Amino acid sequence: MSIEVIRPGVLSLLQDSGRFGQHRIGLTNGGPLDPEAFYCCNRLLQNEPASTAVEISFGGARFRAAVDTYICVTGAGMPLTINDAEKPLWTVHPVKAGDEIALDFALHGCRSYLGVAGGFRIEPTFGSTATVMREHIGGLDGDKLQPGDLLPCDRGSQRKCLYLPANHQPHYQDMVTVRVIPGYQQAHFSRLQQRRFFSHTYTVSDRCDRMGYRLEGPAIACDIDGILSEGICFGAIQIPADGQPIVLLNDRQTIGGYPKIGSALSLDAARLSQLQPGGTVHFAPISPHGAHNALHFAQSVTNLQTLLEHKP
Amino acid sequence: MELQSAGENALILYLGEQVSPEVAARVHAASAAVEAALGDDLVDLVPSYASLLVIYDPMRTDHLSVGHRLRAAINELSDSESLAGRTVVLPVYYAPESGADLESLAERAGLSVDEVVSLHSAVEYRVYAIGFAPGFAYLGQVDERIAAPRLSTPRLKVPRGAVAIADRQTAVYPAVSPGGWNLIGRCPTRMFDPGAKPTMPVAVGDRVRFEAISRDRFLALGGELA
Repeated sequence: MSIEVIRPGVLSLLQDSGRFGQHRIGLTNGGPLDPEAFYCCNRLLQNEPASTAVEISFGGARFRAAVDTYICVTGAGMPLTINDAEKPLWTVHPVKAGDEIALDFALHGCRSYLGVAGGFRIEPTFGSTATVMREHIGGLDGDKLQPGDLLPCDRGSQRKCLYLPANHQPHYQDMVTVRVIPGYQQAHFSRLQQRRFFSHTYTVSDRCDRMGYRLEGPAIACDIDGILSEGICFGAIQIPADGQPIVLLNDRQTIGGYPKIGSALSLDAARLSQLQPGGTVHFAPISPHGAHNALHFAQSVTNLQTLLEHKP
Repeated sequence: MELQSAGENALILYLGEQVSPEVAARVHAASAAVEAALGDDLVDLVPSYASLLVIYDPMRTDHLSVGHRLRAAINELSDSESLAGRTVVLPVYYAPESGADLESLAERAGLSVDEVVSLHSAVEYRVYAIGFAPGFAYLGQVDERIAAPRLSTPRLKVPRGAVAIADRQTAVYPAVSPGGWNLIGRCPTRMFDPGAKPTMPVAVGDRVRFEAISRDRFLALGGELA
């Protein structure tokens, strides 16, 4: 039993919550660029939180159910149709074998999650099903989805058709403020360079992918050209010699030798990854303590969201 | 010892300032001590030349608590502990067609291409860290005469097997990836193969020597020049 890929769109990848504890052999994390939308998809489907879903970037994808089950799409504003009938996002829908599920190109945001009741049944590699194309690991043979791929899943047992009320749904805009925990080689950026970094607007370049978002704007100078290669955490903001910041994301390298001014708060990195090229970014400093509070606050907001039931 | 913030769920410990076997031994010992001290609060560790990145679960603990525990664990470390290791020989086809930066690196160093090759293959390197990509082993130290800074704009696509230099580090790219190192040749040995046991021919602490081979030998060993 499965869902068939008719057209994968620009980039569709099987992802679970990510691969952790494998940095020592050089494996990165992978996992959903927008965890908020990913976890919400599984929560709506009443799945285990880390169940495997498809991350669809930019849109333009089409699937055919080969089983009776339930599906849900969360994330970017990609118009969803089932058998050419428009359907709301952030909502569980029943599908029958033969039904066609289509996602048009994103009107807002960039990444969506297509989940299925019970999650897709993929064999984990190094403890996770997350696809990292650069490593050729996870998903189906470590690659993006191709036309004709069959995504294994179970027949969906009876479940509630839940939806996330509109007032809880995120609004993806083309401007994001990224809070930054200063750290790493921060002391090698002069006060003037730090002020420049935190007071100007940057634009998302064409070179933005799951490894990192390369931004364009006023060049930031560092006292040093390079450092002894060291571990890179999620969200680290690297400043190469050309002075253009790169925010490193899920598929980043685990070690590198460019100076880093600090790291993005994960909640904001998720919003950054919903930007398409041309989107604008501001940076604002936040203390480690402030970051910690923001994470706990976001968690409690999620816990307080009430999911409602609809009758399809 | 210096402790720095890295991110919302990460701290980085600096255990030395330069590349040396002594600092590498300290990083090695610190990894074990940190693992014991943090237990289930620890998510991942990235040891490198002179630093140890510690990633923890921010929903279970916080910067202050992790910082206290790291300081206590490091203060109890006793010095020294030598790193044993095997010696692994990796064949390399050094040529402009396999290493796009070989000629420009030689020119900047004021050496001939042959001199660059013999300097690179004369040294026995140590594996100081593994990271950046699966199987990417950071080897040190390259002879000062052929040390070269990273490219100011990294290449978007470096081929698998590319042998490269950045500052006094050298490495073999285990897979196609972006990269800012200077390419000087190509190695036919797979540096990471999830199906093989072990998955990598080298581990941290091993010693590596490069052996210059001909184009024919490179192709016979399964090397690709695409």
